[in-house]
Amino acid sequence: MGTTIFDIGAESRTGLRLPSLDVPERNLTELIPAELIRKEDPKLPQVSQVEVVRHYTKLSRMNYGVDNGIYPLGSCTMKYNPRINEDMARLFAHAHPLQGEELSQGALRLLYELGEYLCAIGGMDAITLQPAAGAHGELTGMLIIKKHFERAKELHKRTKILLPDSAHGTNPASAAMCGFEIVHIPSDSRGLVDLHALRSNLDESVAGIMLTNPNTLGLFETDIVEITTLIHDVGGLVYYDGANLNAIVGRARPGDMGVDIVHYNLHKTFSTPHGGGGPGAGPVAVIKKLEPYLPVPRVIRVGARHAVAPTYALDYDRPHSIGKIHSFYGNFGVLVRAYTYIRMMGDEGLRAVSTNAVLNANYLRARLSKVYKAPYDRLCMHEFVLTTKGMSEELRTLDVAKRLIDHGVHPSSIYFPLIVPEVMMIEPTETVSKEELDHFADALIKVAQEMRENPQMLKEAPHAVPVYGASVRRLDEVRAAKEPILRG
Amino acid sequence: MAAFEFIPNTPEDQRKMLAEIGLNDLEELFADIPPEVLRRFKPMGLDPLSEPEVKHLLTTLAHAEPYVSFLGGGVYDHYIPSIIPHLIARGEFLTCYTPYQAELSQGTLTWMFEFQTMVCELTAMEVANSSMYDGGSALAEAMLMAKNITGRTRFLVARSLNPHYRKCLETYAWGAGLELSEIPFTEDGRLDRAALPTEIDKNLAGLIVQTPNFFGVIEDLSGLKDLITDAFLIVSVNPISLGILAPPGVYGADIVVGEGQPLGIPQSFGGPLLGLFATRMNYVRKMPGRMAGRTVDADGRIGYVMALQTREQHIRREKATSNICTNQALMALCATIYLATLGRRGLRRVAELNLQKAHYLAEKIAKLPGFALRFAGPFFNEFVVQTRQKPARLLKALRDEGFLGGLDVAPYELLDGNNLLIAVTEKRTCEELDRFVARLRREDKGHAKRG
Repeated sequence: MGTTIFDIGAESRTGLRLPSLDVPERNLTELIPAELIRKEDPKLPQVSQVEVVRHYTKLSRMNYGVDNGIYPLGSCTMKYNPRINEDMARLFAHAHPLQGEELSQGALRLLYELGEYLCAIGGMDAITLQPAAGAHGELTGMLIIKKHFERAKELHKRTKILLPDSAHGTNPASAAMCGFEIVHIPSDSRGLVDLHALRSNLDESVAGIMLTNPNTLGLFETDIVEITTLIHDVGGLVYYDGANLNAIVGRARPGDMGVDIVHYNLHKTFSTPHGGGGPGAGPVAVIKKLEPYLPVPRVIRVGARHAVAPTYALDYDRPHSIGKIHSFYGNFGVLVRAYTYIRMMGDEGLRAVSTNAVLNANYLRARLSKVYKAPYDRLCMHEFVLTTKGMSEELRTLDVAKRLIDHGVHPSSIYFPLIVPEVMMIEPTETVSKEELDHFADALIKVAQEMRENPQMLKEAPHAVPVYGASVRRLDEVRAAKEPILRG
Repeated sequence: MAAFEFIPNTPEDQRKMLAEIGLNDLEELFADIPPEVLRRFKPMGLDPLSEPEVKHLLTTLAHAEPYVSFLGGGVYDHYIPSIIPHLIARGEFLTCYTPYQAELSQGTLTWMFEFQTMVCELTAMEVANSSMYDGGSALAEAMLMAKNITGRTRFLVARSLNPHYRKCLETYAWGAGLELSEIPFTEDGRLDRAALPTEIDKNLAGLIVQTPNFFGVIEDLSGLKDLITDAFLIVSVNPISLGILAPPGVYGADIVVGEGQPLGIPQSFGGPLLGLFATRMNYVRKMPGRMAGRTVDADGRIGYVMALQTREQHIRREKATSNICTNQALMALCATIYLATLGRRGLRRVAELNLQKAHYLAEKIAKLPGFALRFAGPFFNEFVVQTRQKPARLLKALRDEGFLGGLDVAPYELLDGNNLLIAVTEKRTCEELDRFVARLRREDKGHAKRG
């Protein structure tokens, strides 16, 4: 444990030989002035290739991923990442972002079509694929709101962004980066936006609201149409954090709820891998009147709509655009993966996603709320919250989570959302089987029993760091040779 | 309904689960969605495709002839060791998320720790985070960090900065209410230091420079920090160049950022890329982004956890150092394995190959009639060539013979006349360089005749 790549290797080892110089060699100082040359080499490892491979293979085995089993982090949508996505992204590995439109028609067409699909999924009019993550999308959305009011000459008075306390963690920071003042709106006893509190904060100082729907309690904002109408009535805009889109994809659209701006998390709803924390993608779609403010370049189709061979172009000529928010066009490789997924699922598949995601969450909720407390005991969407509060004098949710590790499953999100004490936020996704759901529920129910019977066990958890590559003890090779069982 | 390969539930499973929940029908699960919203729903109009079908579709879209590339401008055609795509494809790296549960994420946390150490070594800085989105947004975040620490709002930006980064800076600066002023470049393509003193005032938060800059010219950072006194020196670097070039840390840089794509990451039409971000230890609590820190477990064994999370958005809310959450982790893993594989000497060797080959090509082109080097300043692996004919036309002719001949600088409105930005990496062979020169000679002759 703890060994890094710096702890292994030897001075004369190398992980890769390079070709010899095939042009006449010159003295370095003939090429660049001596004072610009590095005096001290960076202290990088010196290891052979096999040591590199073994070190990182070892590290990989100290991780738990979706490939290892259920990974029920709430609001993270840790669904299965189809490997076909990886192969499709690699097809474009050699494309240079500045190679010109003529050589980029396939890539541009993919971007254009992905934009069309996402607009259709969200019920929106126009889109940018540039944001590299959900929070980057939120920032883009807030800049669009700022631009809208700047052009309307109302920016001086539109200073506030309303933020329900059940919104996503990144929302307040995104709004603050654009200079907006945050006004927190509490939840009511239903776990939904408190309409009374919302109304009392509505006036012409409101630039907009940032709404996560379903919210981080896993509840659909049943008053969504009224909320968007109220905001519009005072001239504000509605930003919809689509991180939880997995709950409604293929059956309900933010655009049909009166939403003006929405971001999608392609690494959540659209199956692109989380990669240990990224890269993701956070496209932002808007209604028609906000289209002029989308980042440049826009991907456009040139020529007639039903032309036999339409061509695609990058359009920088958008005078009211907020500008660029990525060096090039966003996390293109992630966009290819999401495109692949959407084409494979089609309308029918996406509807099956939300159906089964919500079914799985409610099944777990039904089983677990018999043992843990569900602060909002009602149907949930794709995720739900439980609390351990009141179950033990000395133990906390953290102890429960750490004990789950001993049972071989990944814990849920804990201590978020902030409005429920000692909370667990559980999102199973549609890609786990009923057997896995039962395994997870059994483990959590067992831990509740252990809470009563052996609290010390939980306090000291996890007891051993699981190494998934060595999940069995010594295997009997003799028996396998004597009595071969070669099929099930 | 057809069975989808990513959704295990069978109709029988669904029946059992509905019974446990106490419902009769799947549609009852969505009772909280207002009926008018459900009624307005329209599908995309897309039928599902099978894996072989989608593979065929994408393969057709991606079809591309192989080119010999001299394109740079922020993304480069470097050699990627074969072990990188194999190692990062391991499911335990690929399919995990941010290491919220440290005990199940020691692999990720360990390589993050290694990555941070390597970035510090490269840049000669004291602390680095575990990645930003890309070079452009990393630079913008550096600007915001300098604003938050100094409490000032004005920044000087070198005109020789990559114009794509400049555009990102402008967007973020407008959002945060910051003012940008430009420092021109001299005839040799470097920052015009003479223009600095009159631009320094009490509200100056920082100076933003890039080296090698957009034109490929290496900036002289010596004494810059003294010139701008207590304002922040923010430097954007090409990490490969740091195999040879003196790192910004030795010149007193306050924040060093850069585009990490050259470190084993595919060009991939400009993303996913990798933002590098490093600073000094006394600013660590104001730094954006995730970090791994070393600790011990209950038995005293070394382990790693996410460190200083109180800076981050999920805890600090609107007072966080940045809104960044999901970053470019897997790309940072590419860079970590790249630097581990090449090692100290390998990185230096790659940098030398770039430098030597770029200079070989530049000298050959400079001797051609109709071509000249635009700047006399020292360069690393990229340089600007003045051409007699329009670069757009020249590039098209080169493309017909299998070359991506470089970048036409005209659209950026930084230089007068016809200019081509040419990048040379270790992948280009002497034969390719000579063939490229021969082709340029022929093209210019043709142009002179036509002209």
